[in-house]
Amino acid sequence: MAVEMSMPILIVDDYKTMLRIVRNLLNQLGFNNVEEATDGSTALQKLREKNFGLVISDWNMEPMTGLQLLKEVRADMKLKSTPFIMVTAESKTENVVAAKEAGVNNYIVKPFNAATLKQKISSVIGDF
Amino acid sequence: MRTGSHMPTKRTLAAEPPIEIRPVDRAEIEQVVQSVVATLRGGMTAAEFSLYQELEGLSRLIRHAKAEIAALRPHEIQDKHLPSATDELDAIVGSTEQATHIILDSVEKIEGATGTLSGEAKDQIASAITNIYEACNFQDITGQRIGKVVRTLKEIEAKVAGLVQAFGDDAGAADISAADAANEPLDGDKALLNGPQLPGAGNTQADIDALFGSD
Repeated sequence: MAVEMSMPILIVDDYKTMLRIVRNLLNQLGFNNVEEATDGSTALQKLREKNFGLVISDWNMEPMTGLQLLKEVRADMKLKSTPFIMVTAESKTENVVAAKEAGVNNYIVKPFNAATLKQKISSVIGDF
Repeated sequence: MRTGSHMPTKRTLAAEPPIEIRPVDRAEIEQVVQSVVATLRGGMTAAEFSLYQELEGLSRLIRHAKAEIAALRPHEIQDKHLPSATDELDAIVGSTEQATHIILDSVEKIEGATGTLSGEAKDQIASAITNIYEACNFQDITGQRIGKVVRTLKEIEAKVAGLVQAFGDDAGAADISAADAANEPLDGDKALLNGPQLPGAGNTQADIDALFGSD
């Protein structure tokens, strides 16, 4: 099934510069329906209000971390199948394992490039 | 059978002085050691003399440590150097963040203007713009690295405050418990927040892909 480029994507990061960079890169890839949240709680609220085709979240946020957000999403009957990619500077094996065990679909380590972002999105939601 | 004469009564209990339990500071320990040393002088056995020497050595060590710590000017480190260093680092984060936003503002304008272009020139500009967006990742990483350094400096600050309180005579408000709190091991999800890792200390994207069993 072809990926719909108008599919809503939620990007979550407490660092506004990073939100801006990810949004611009997604726009360059052709995704034009990108929404932002600056913390896990806001992200969860947005996810419960609207159907998103993909979540791209930072890990290191307060008070709700990206891992906690992922666990909340996977514990919610309505949201649990939402594709979720972690984009983070946390690159230790225990982090990757913890995210994987919590049900993350893919994991991008910062700093990353547009090609990696495109590849990981493709592997989660299909080619575009 | 009650033997009233042997049972403690409220009256006799109240008459006994209460035992006072309170924390003892370094100065008091030193004073006690010195007074013990003073009472030991004269008519000592070999064992007592040995104990005397040990106690005098301990007293000398405490005095020496106090002098060394005073020479380090811990108040100056605590009040001036450490706050100044954290302020400088905060300023670096602030100014690089501001510069990154100016770069992004400019690139977004260029990207908007390329809408009227076509062909190879448009592709070249789009590619260069992508490179700039990718390079701006640095701001997030450097910000997180500097944040880690600032947290380390704050831990040092708390430890210096503890040192000032333990050895100084006018440290007043310093708090040893702050140093202990900063040192408490993290657990659960918080224990996983240690990034960004230094080059070679964490996984590369390829390593992570291997953990996922994907490319």
